[in-house]
Amino acid sequence: MVERSGPDVTSGAPPVEVTGLTMQYGSRVVMHDLTFSVERGEVFVIMGGSGSGKSTLLRHLVGLLPAPPGAIRIDGEDLTAADPAARKRILRRIGVLFQAGALWSGLTLAENVALPLEELSELDAPAIAEVVELKLALVGLQGFGEFYPSAISGGMRKRAALARAIALDPDVLFFDEPSSGLDPISASRLDDLILAIAASFGTTIVVVSHDLASVFRIADRALFLDISQRTMTALGPPAELRDSPPNDEVRRFLTRDSGSNT
Amino acid sequence: MDAPTASGQQSQASAAFRSEDDHLVAALAGTWQLEHPSPRFEPLVAAALASSAVPAGTIRAIGFDGAALGAWDSSLLIFLREGKSYCESHDCAFDTAGLPTQITDLLSLASAVPELVVEKEPPAPSRVARIGLAGIAAWDAALSAVSFLGELAQGLLRLLTGRTRMQWRAFWVVVQSNASGALPIVTLIALLVGVIIAFLGVVVLQRFGAGYYVSYLVGYGMLREMGALMTGIIIAGRTGAGFAAELGSMKITEELDAYATLGISAVDHLVLPRVLGLFVMMPLLVVYADAVGILGGMLVSVTLIDLTPTQFTTGMLSAVSLSDALLGVFKATIYGAIVGFAGCMHGLRTGTDASAVGRSATSAVVLGITLIIVANAVVDWLAALWQI
Repeated sequence: MVERSGPDVTSGAPPVEVTGLTMQYGSRVVMHDLTFSVERGEVFVIMGGSGSGKSTLLRHLVGLLPAPPGAIRIDGEDLTAADPAARKRILRRIGVLFQAGALWSGLTLAENVALPLEELSELDAPAIAEVVELKLALVGLQGFGEFYPSAISGGMRKRAALARAIALDPDVLFFDEPSSGLDPISASRLDDLILAIAASFGTTIVVVSHDLASVFRIADRALFLDISQRTMTALGPPAELRDSPPNDEVRRFLTRDSGSNT
Repeated sequence: MDAPTASGQQSQASAAFRSEDDHLVAALAGTWQLEHPSPRFEPLVAAALASSAVPAGTIRAIGFDGAALGAWDSSLLIFLREGKSYCESHDCAFDTAGLPTQITDLLSLASAVPELVVEKEPPAPSRVARIGLAGIAAWDAALSAVSFLGELAQGLLRLLTGRTRMQWRAFWVVVQSNASGALPIVTLIALLVGVIIAFLGVVVLQRFGAGYYVSYLVGYGMLREMGALMTGIIIAGRTGAGFAAELGSMKITEELDAYATLGISAVDHLVLPRVLGLFVMMPLLVVYADAVGILGGMLVSVTLIDLTPTQFTTGMLSAVSLSDALLGVFKATIYGAIVGFAGCMHGLRTGTDASAVGRSATSAVVLGITLIIVANAVVDWLAALWQI
């Protein structure tokens, strides 16, 4: 069955757990000693300036990059060390919303949402059609199933990509810069959607973002990657971090202080 | 950077230094514009120090007085930055208190240290090192090609054992694009290649009074070699480059990552239907190209050396056999697989910037044509060995 309410809480392990992770491009270390875990059902935001490696961190988390020094566990399982069958089982439980949506341009919206279901679930065609219909309706795209990605606006594309990401009712959803390229209204609508999904499906959500408005609105906890220290320097609820920042870099980031007002 | 305060008259830019105790103050005046000559910092300071009683080493600070400053642009900022670096190298304070705030803001903006220190590119490798690096790159490319071949074989195995489904739509798109889509160019090239072979035959064979045997040359030439070779090269340039560009674009828009995060194999979904589509279509195209090429050769023979079409056909059929035609068709299946392989491999291995797509398409065509020629030579050699 694909439809169910609440996540599959079979293991006691946190949905995402990172220990001593070091990220590097070639020999250049971008971030070192990242250690954190995401709690079940929370909205967890990874913040940091441009070039701080937050998107790279996300790509590590979803297993798109080869195994780095350090461990990444999804529901207690190491994605990079898993054999193909285990890997498939883990990937089945996560959903990813890419920065520009990454909808398959050769397929209609309905086919985009249907493909993960066809490939990874045992549902038959009529059941898949129902799920597709539901997911598109959830993101406000009822009736757009026959459209191709190129025929709709950027905001709609992003929501359609969200429909695809939640097609399999994942336990953990990863978002890469959900508000990038969106106007403020579309961006806040997407935030609402993220919150609604987290609340109603009990999905754990990991977001990479530098959009402060969105961070304060959706995040239960936020992680700050400091590009000058090359490691994480803050972890906690964003409002708390703003009111009592652990260091100056975090304060400047959260209050949009460029440090040039002399 | 327009002047915030436009002065009425256009007076010459000037900076008059005066000494006050242990510091210098430059009174800035006039209109500072890039097009007009403006003062230089160092000579003015040197002159001021020479004329005053203060010894050079005792200056503690240099300040400014902008009260009489007229309109100004970047030239003033350049002058002030000269002053700043002068102060830094002469161990005295650079005091901007007397300057308008717009100017101090701009100065601090211009002097802000970039947060991310860009690491210097390593020095260009020596000639010997470049040869080594090229060798390593070639070895890596070869390994990458072999591993992709392995992935393709695994995908094919999954398809044959029913563990993955055939993506029929992508398959038919490839079939269509290489049927009706490719026919005009294949017709033109094959016809002209037939014509060229016949011309060559007429010129050479007529000397020995053996013009009749032109049909042998056209038949053998088209069926065994040129039909498959030319079609292969056309398809490498047309479809192979298309595959690389298409898959490369999908890489850039993260569509391939979207497959990966679902645990769906891009090879099964995107590569297999393309390679198999070409594998099926190439032999059909080559049969067509053979026919058109022979027709072209016949036209030349009939026009130039008074052969009748019947003589040409009978002559050709007495020389060539079915195995010649089958050899060409066999080559075509190999070429189809090669073009699909080269195009898809370079497409999937595309970098992440826009120019990478162009590079992938180029590499796909180069690799495709190279492998086709190599395969042609190998097959011909084996055919000669086994007397086919």
